[in-house]
Amino acid sequence: MAAEKIYVFKRFERFWHWSQALLIICMLITGFEVHGSYSLFGFEHAVSYHTVLAWSLVTLWVFAIFWHLTTGEWKQYIPTTDKVVAMMRFYSVGIFKGEPHPYRPTKLKKHNPLQRIAYLGVLLFIGPLLWLTGWFYLFYGDWAVWGVNGFLSLEWVAFFHTVGAFMMLTFLIAHLYLTTTGHTPTAHIKAMVTGWEEVD
Amino acid sequence: MPARPKIILSVAAITAMLTALVAFALPAKPEAAPAPQAVATPKKQSDSTADHSKFKELQKNFKTGPEVTEACLICHTEAAKQVQHTKHWTWESKDPKTGQVRGKKNIINNYCTAVLSNEKDCMACHAGYGWKDSSFDFSVQKNVDCLVCHDNTGTYRKLPGDAGHPVYKRREFPPKSGKFVEAVDLKKAAQSIGMPSRTNCGACHFFGGGANGAKHGDMDSSLQHPGKYLDVHMNEKGLNFFCTECHATKSHEVSGSRYNTSAAMTGPAHIRGKADASPAACQSCHGDKPHPQKDALLNQHTDKLACQTCHIPEFARNDIGTEMSWDWSKATIMGPDGKRMVRKDSAGRRAFDSQKGAWVWESHVIPEYRWFNGTSTYKVIGDKIDPTRTVQLSVVGGGPNDPESRIWPTKVHRGKQPYDVENNYLTVQHTGGEDATALWHNYDWQKAIGTGMKAANLPYSGKFAFVETELTWPITHMVAPKEDALSCAQCHNKNGRLKDIQGVYMPARDGKHSSKKEG
Repeated sequence: MAAEKIYVFKRFERFWHWSQALLIICMLITGFEVHGSYSLFGFEHAVSYHTVLAWSLVTLWVFAIFWHLTTGEWKQYIPTTDKVVAMMRFYSVGIFKGEPHPYRPTKLKKHNPLQRIAYLGVLLFIGPLLWLTGWFYLFYGDWAVWGVNGFLSLEWVAFFHTVGAFMMLTFLIAHLYLTTTGHTPTAHIKAMVTGWEEVD
Repeated sequence: MPARPKIILSVAAITAMLTALVAFALPAKPEAAPAPQAVATPKKQSDSTADHSKFKELQKNFKTGPEVTEACLICHTEAAKQVQHTKHWTWESKDPKTGQVRGKKNIINNYCTAVLSNEKDCMACHAGYGWKDSSFDFSVQKNVDCLVCHDNTGTYRKLPGDAGHPVYKRREFPPKSGKFVEAVDLKKAAQSIGMPSRTNCGACHFFGGGANGAKHGDMDSSLQHPGKYLDVHMNEKGLNFFCTECHATKSHEVSGSRYNTSAAMTGPAHIRGKADASPAACQSCHGDKPHPQKDALLNQHTDKLACQTCHIPEFARNDIGTEMSWDWSKATIMGPDGKRMVRKDSAGRRAFDSQKGAWVWESHVIPEYRWFNGTSTYKVIGDKIDPTRTVQLSVVGGGPNDPESRIWPTKVHRGKQPYDVENNYLTVQHTGGEDATALWHNYDWQKAIGTGMKAANLPYSGKFAFVETELTWPITHMVAPKEDALSCAQCHNKNGRLKDIQGVYMPARDGKHSSKKEG
């Protein structure tokens, strides 16, 4: 089986992915300290790191959104029902029997249908949930000026922010597992570093 | 050859002897007062256009306080009338919201308990002369005491027992102590007139409750010469504020009072000199967003927290300390010889006295925190109590859903004091004095309560017992420098300072999986 290599992830995309990964992991670590799950940096530092990381991530997202729109790469996230059932069967059964992956990525369609749905969920739901609640959390002092004092409570804002954090953590764990499911455990990770994916 | 060293030696020896002689001959330094007295009170440059020592009305050997006041009133025609409208004169204050009439005259606390029947002693801190019982005429102008606030010699003294008159004759005080208090030179005092200094305010407000620092916890004689650590505003080498800098006064009405506190002022800083409802509030100078932009998160706290909560991390930050409890039920316990017994604690503060009971003192006290909207309700004489539970002598008003409330640091003074077991109210007792029923003279509760209740015009069943009481006061003085303010994790923590405060969501305290570790 001669392995064919295709260039799937462009330079900016790889930069975006890895810096976002780093920022999100750090935000999870500092965020759960702010939540009170443990003590690591100390509350005060955790809050200020979390805030700096948040603004860094916002900046990164502004660039990423611009990149996606100008390159047309946003189309990679359009959901499809094609092969979804086959994919779900593969990950729940086939993968353990050594069956071949039902999806073959190409330059034009680099995400399999499940990835499309999962990433779209992160981009359209988990992300905005965290941004929105995080925004209100951070600017608590301006609620009165914005006139939202009456119908927002810090407790619920914090609650949904934490819900978002747990969802992001869940995604991260699943994502990490699935990266090991290439034809070798590190194949997908290698691709995300070099940009070149080996396809059989 | 040995001649020269000999000369040097003898010169040295003579010099040493002379030095020693001079040292012994010089008068010894006066004994240090309890307050740190490293430097003399720095005199603020007087801006006054009048030098009272040049006034012909004051070139007189005054015999009494009222004589001095009469001289003052020749020029200051409205002064006494103004004073007579203030709490310093009436010892009474009406709550504008609840209508309750409080004030020292009417409340019962758990320090010396009540003024009634003890006026001769208590009025050592009245800005007036001659209030010895309820017959005192509050309209007599010459009985207003100008000197207690305006004497700038620092020698003016009023002692318990004189109903507010200053010391006219040298006398031993406390009795049988071997210490003597000099008669006040009223002429000198009158000629020294100036704006109230820390000494004037402190003479009463530092020593309330009968001992240095006893009552307030955030006011004691250390504020006479405070360093930056103790009080960032009054710091002698820094801003060097006098009390009146914050307690701006108009027509003798001193602003800022525990009875009507501005607990939740909002908006930007005020311009000094303009009509200002609460000049004593921190916000009147600092505004409600006092922290710089880089600490913007701190400004988000001002809708829930009083400035004092973070900026007075502890009160009584010195070894003077403050009294935390007063147990009157231990009073009248005599020493093994049947005589009055007095004990001090390891820091030299009163711990027991057969006359008054037992005390517990603390220094560097961590406040107890309460929602507070500026209005407290007090137990006044005759109010019913429920003796099955701790009696709240003052209830700080407010709560988390009241926009006028903030979380405040408070001193809670706990006590045990007598109440009438059949009528269910706290008793008034006649404590001070040398007469036949005074508790501190006869050690007889029944007689003391009998006289006290008669003065209060309240029936007394003849049966009393002791009930536990709590007195809660907001803390607002001894503001620490910003470096010593509370750090975030001291509250943002499962077991932090605000762990018992309800009605507010606090990150790290209220997360569902919060750790139990102290930060």
